[in-house]
Amino acid sequence: MSTTATSPQPGQPQPAPSETPTAAGQRTAVTAKPVTWKVPVTLGVLGVVAFIFFGLMGPHQTAKFGISTGSDFFQLPALEVNAFIGGIVLSVLMLALAAYSVVLKTRDRKAPGWVPVLFIVLFVAAFLIWVVGGARTTNISLAGLIAGSVTLAVPLVFGSLSGVLCERVGVVNIAIEGQLLGGAFTAAIIATLTHNPFLGLLAAAVAGALVSMVLALFSIKYVVNQIIVGVVLNVLVSGVTGFLFSTVMQADKDKFNSPAHLDPITIPILGDIPLIGPILFKQSLIGYLMYIAVIVVWVGLFKTKWGLRVRAVGEHPQAADTMGIKVNATRFWNVTLGGAIAGIGGSFFTLVAIDSFTKEISGGRGFIALAALIFGRWNPIGAFFAALLFGFADNLQSIVTIIGTPVPSQFMAMLPYLVTVLAVAGLVGRSRPPAASGIPYVKG
Amino acid sequence: MKLELKGITKRFGSLVANDHIDVVVEPGQIHCLLGENGAGKSTLMNVLYGLYEPTEGEILIDDKPVSFRGPGDAMAAGIGMVHQHFMLVPVFTVAENVALGAETTKAGGFLNLDDTRRKIKEISDRYGFDVDPDALIEDLPVGVQQRVEIIKALVRDAKVLILDEPTAVLTPQDTDELLDIMRQLKSHGTSIVFISHKLREVKAVSDTITVIRRGKVVGTASPEASTTELASMMVGRAVSLTLDKAPATPQETTFEVKDLTVIAPSGQHVVDGISFDIARGEILAVAGVQGNGQTELTEAILGLQDRVHGSILLDGEELLGRSVKDVLKAGVGFVPEDRSVDGLIGTFSIAENLILDRYDQEPFAKGISMSPAKVLENAKTRIDEFDVRTPSGSLAAGTLSGGNQQKVVMARELSRPLRLFIASQPTRGVDVGSIEFLHKRIVAERDHGTPVMIVSTELDEVIELADRIAVLYKGRLVGIVPAGTGRDVLGLMMAGLPPEDANPDTKTPAAAAAAPAPAAQPAQETSSGAVGEHHD
Repeated sequence: MSTTATSPQPGQPQPAPSETPTAAGQRTAVTAKPVTWKVPVTLGVLGVVAFIFFGLMGPHQTAKFGISTGSDFFQLPALEVNAFIGGIVLSVLMLALAAYSVVLKTRDRKAPGWVPVLFIVLFVAAFLIWVVGGARTTNISLAGLIAGSVTLAVPLVFGSLSGVLCERVGVVNIAIEGQLLGGAFTAAIIATLTHNPFLGLLAAAVAGALVSMVLALFSIKYVVNQIIVGVVLNVLVSGVTGFLFSTVMQADKDKFNSPAHLDPITIPILGDIPLIGPILFKQSLIGYLMYIAVIVVWVGLFKTKWGLRVRAVGEHPQAADTMGIKVNATRFWNVTLGGAIAGIGGSFFTLVAIDSFTKEISGGRGFIALAALIFGRWNPIGAFFAALLFGFADNLQSIVTIIGTPVPSQFMAMLPYLVTVLAVAGLVGRSRPPAASGIPYVKG
Repeated sequence: MKLELKGITKRFGSLVANDHIDVVVEPGQIHCLLGENGAGKSTLMNVLYGLYEPTEGEILIDDKPVSFRGPGDAMAAGIGMVHQHFMLVPVFTVAENVALGAETTKAGGFLNLDDTRRKIKEISDRYGFDVDPDALIEDLPVGVQQRVEIIKALVRDAKVLILDEPTAVLTPQDTDELLDIMRQLKSHGTSIVFISHKLREVKAVSDTITVIRRGKVVGTASPEASTTELASMMVGRAVSLTLDKAPATPQETTFEVKDLTVIAPSGQHVVDGISFDIARGEILAVAGVQGNGQTELTEAILGLQDRVHGSILLDGEELLGRSVKDVLKAGVGFVPEDRSVDGLIGTFSIAENLILDRYDQEPFAKGISMSPAKVLENAKTRIDEFDVRTPSGSLAAGTLSGGNQQKVVMARELSRPLRLFIASQPTRGVDVGSIEFLHKRIVAERDHGTPVMIVSTELDEVIELADRIAVLYKGRLVGIVPAGTGRDVLGLMMAGLPPEDANPDTKTPAAAAAAPAPAAQPAQETSSGAVGEHHD
């Protein structure tokens, strides 16, 4: 994935690098500059910040990162890094990358995509070492950090898949939050009443689909602004579930709000591989469904007849219509399917992650899922990795708060949102959503 | 396959778009529907293609009545359509676009694009299309995109192919190739319904001509009929197709553009180092296929483009870098290419639209208050002067017909003393009668001593108005040639060939010997160039 916002078209003539337009005195010649200083300057500033804080002012303790857990079938030694030395080395590497991009800029060339990516990896590593090295407990489990990230990412992945399905067919789904919340609530109540988590899962999918159907009905049939319908749906679902929670669930918690759980299913041997074992082979049913869903949606969208039609409807509905494809029906059912998927994601809160339903249990993750889908460029696999990144940021802040860092916890709590904003605004660059996304199709 | 439309009527509310239209398309014929913009040709074809349901009337195929509930039904019945605005998904490949809606699949619904590629190749070979099935549509020139549309119809075994204004976006050379393709299709037994308002093309390929005016069939004609005869059938009265204008008497040169470059957000140089000048009392017409930098050039002069360098001098003063308001104040009159988007505010009244650029000046405003009486008074004068057909100046401008809207824009721009007049596509989508009038006004402005710049993609208009002709291709100035330069030469220039190569007369003997068949060259040039954009 390319990580810069402005990039010259390959093969286009590039003007001289020296002139920068100034407000006054440039009446006759305003020079265009396809290669900007944005990347070199950003990297340079961050590199200096890293060098000062993570390096020079860095803690002198040794940070320990555990890789294996006790149950793994072979053990890897923990990584131990002196925080001061680690900080210096990594920040010097970052500054080298920044310098490289500056050199490229002076030659009027754009930094290749791997430069910012590698820079981010180094920055995150240096940040981790600095935080852990400066904490009261200088020992964290890397395995736990990663596994926890995936866990936090599960609802995000389902949510962003829902978004992908809707936007690819031309409907903006702002209601992901409502679908997650609806799924979480329905799963909790049905799994409690029937004592069957599988029925809870199914009910969550139905609930998500119903929320989506309202979105589809209003935005497709009655051509109401999709953003407005979505926002209203979020408020509606939040209100309804909140009301039922305080009036029904709170009244008799055992009867209505103690759902049967979906326990992790460990695949023998594979589940005990350090680092990747817990992520891939020690998941609940919903965790496995997530991987399956990502692959199925990707294959479906890009390799099948259904996907071709869906994408055509989202890109150029008139073209699809003239080829005999029923545009609005395709939209309706795709949006419904998206809702079902988000509903399943919502059930993860109440069937796997937490014991019971609470008000606003989705906590704005539907919006982060929306960001993940944009960051992932409307591609299921891209959205998956974007969701993982946000999950990582989320998990990092909670772990780091637990081990006691010098950074105020409020700042750490901002981390996921900060990453979201930076990712969507800065890193995603000028990506192209489906051309007809958000535009209702009216014949004639 | 014989196709018959019987008494087709289509109403949108109170508007009758088609009024009992009867057309019979005999097998293996090229049947032309001739009519002005808005005559109801496209509506009729959308009815035939199943996009609209007819209010009355029936469609007969081989004398059996059929009814189409959607384009799918029409395609299944053997009707294919190439729309005026291509129905291609720009981010899909050729093969994906062709497959869409008629996909062949392997087990499990997986696409079998190889099968589609094979079919594309077959058709491509049969008609010499030279289309790469794996190219992205957005990378293809307009002429090739059109072939993809034709392939789409042929893959679905179309027996009747509807071509809706197919030449609107093509260079003259591309147009000639398309006419050839149509003849080839006809010889393979495909019937063609050819919709056009361009008489030259209609006469060149048609077997039968049906003329439609205001939603009604007004008669049929044979292709041997003269252009004036066809034109008057189309318009409903005698029209003169040639403009009698006195030769220009250019005075001093007051408008000068030097090394103008405009850079698009993508970094592309959409206008690339253009220099030209216009004298007072002279019309410079800028010719070129849609999307070769004309829009950006005019917008740069007006100050609507951001990344511009070079120099634009009017009466010795630099225009570049000034605000649009300053440029207007300097005496620039500007008719934008799309009146409904940039020329008018549809929901404002005609009177208000007539003072959009002077709403804050005397006599229409004093301080912060406006004077509606003066605005209406001004509207009355302009409406009379420009023959705008409307009962009142206080009606919304959006309710006017295209021709009358254009007259309003033109009236506004010509109603103050000008130092430069720029008109982009001054007669696009305007009826023939209004064209005559608008052209006369433009020439009058010239004779008044204003430098005039006309941008048009219609070669006929360029030839008619120009005192000199500048041709743009891919943002570059191919050359400036005098009025009276032949249509063929201009066509070649529009495909990027410099005037000395395009003009057989100016060729040196050596060059002529080296390229004995100049017509073969531009054909390839065109298919690889001419980045066009769809326009409304």
